[in-house]
Amino acid sequence: MNYLASVGSYAIMIREVFKKPTKWRIMKSLIFKEIDELIFSSLGIIIFISFFIGAVVAIQTALNLTNPLIPRNLIGFATRQSVILEFAPTFVSIIMAGKVGSYITSSIGTMRVTEQIDALEVMGVNSLNYLVFPKIIAMLFYPFAIAISMYVGIFGGWMAGVFGGFLTSEDFITGLQSDFVPFHIAYAFVKTLIFAFVIATIPSFHGFYMRGGALEVGKASTTAFVWTSVAIIILNYILTQLLLG
Amino acid sequence: MIDVRDIHKSFGDAHILKGVTTTFEKGKTNLIIGQSGSGKTVFLKCLLGLFVPEEGGIAYDGKLYSDHTDDEKRELRQEMGMVFQGSALFDSMTVEGNVMFPLEMFTNQSKSEMKDRVDAVLKRVNLIDAHHKFPSEISGGMQKRVAIARAIVMNPKYLFCDEPNSGLDPKTAILIDDLIKEITEEYNITTVINTHDMNSVMQIGEKIIFLKDGLLEWEGTKNEIFKTENEAVTNFVYSSDLFKKVRQMYIQEQN
Repeated sequence: MNYLASVGSYAIMIREVFKKPTKWRIMKSLIFKEIDELIFSSLGIIIFISFFIGAVVAIQTALNLTNPLIPRNLIGFATRQSVILEFAPTFVSIIMAGKVGSYITSSIGTMRVTEQIDALEVMGVNSLNYLVFPKIIAMLFYPFAIAISMYVGIFGGWMAGVFGGFLTSEDFITGLQSDFVPFHIAYAFVKTLIFAFVIATIPSFHGFYMRGGALEVGKASTTAFVWTSVAIIILNYILTQLLLG
Repeated sequence: MIDVRDIHKSFGDAHILKGVTTTFEKGKTNLIIGQSGSGKTVFLKCLLGLFVPEEGGIAYDGKLYSDHTDDEKRELRQEMGMVFQGSALFDSMTVEGNVMFPLEMFTNQSKSEMKDRVDAVLKRVNLIDAHHKFPSEISGGMQKRVAIARAIVMNPKYLFCDEPNSGLDPKTAILIDDLIKEITEEYNITTVINTHDMNSVMQIGEKIIFLKDGLLEWEGTKNEIFKTENEAVTNFVYSSDLFKKVRQMYIQEQN
């Protein structure tokens, strides 16, 4: 019953986010600030993880190709498919649910605890629009981060495959180009956009409606990460079934 | 003027306000006192429109809050200034940014006009060199003054303060009390202060209401509170030996 009530509150929150907009002059600067904090500040970790995961995918594939009849270029193919279809959009989103999500929950939660949200409300500001809307807009740039993740992941696979002596650069590129389905890119970016919305809003919900003090801010951040991850996993299944099934 | 008419407010089974009726006059400092859990904060949040009473109503200059349209409620909110217990300054903004915030949100003034107004109110609260400091870089007393500056920057009709002296040393607390009283008279606003501080009651309480268990137990002026025979009020206000002696001296002086 509590879960249903939370889903209802979340839906009401989303509606409120789009009501009574903040002045564009102020909103513009808030959006730029959020793009910096949510997207640019995450690029380092995204690039780091993507490179090594791409490398590991290539090595794992290479080590499992024991049959000499299977061409080595399959390593490039498998790296591309794994990175584009799942690793970059889904795995990175779960990492972002932890990094960005906990930042969102703790920053909004701290504002709740220190009555800064009450101060906004008293002034007649739509606090949900002021706090959450810029995050949603900033996260529209998330697919750019995922595009970088895809590129770096595949590059990591190439480095590990070629410099690890598992295949030649030509083989890797041949595999990379074989059986390419452009719709897979569209599928990945549709998923990414939906995950971006989830990463911006579920942690905001947990921060905005939290009650208590500093300890509860920490608990809310953990809860937000868990529920954002659960939502991403479930949506990943549904979207895959709908778009590729 | 704020006219409170028999308001009731509950949270689940807890009946917090059980029918409070009173009036807060313009140009006066009105104090709400009472023990913790007596309903003071809920009462103040009802006055601010953050909580909606289930019964009764609150009229601002003769018009009930519930009769306002959404736009009118928004306009009314812009006529209210609030000083929170913990100041509630925006951490990410400088002192200047905090005070300028309501102007940026609700006016179409140019940057220089806003800056002039911010300079004027910061000067009014005796903060001259703190414009570019962040809230974490200034003392509690300075934070309170910034909060007061932010509350008055829009020339409000109503000023609400929740425990404005909490966490401040006695000298700074008196300065804040005096500042609120001066601003109330200067701007001719209706000020309502929620406080536990008996010094404030004696210093600036032009009208005092005492809440007990969600009911209005007593109301009067700071002079009347010395003479009252209401046991709940005397037990609360004169709980310390110092205030008991002050009261005795006052009564002796009057006799």
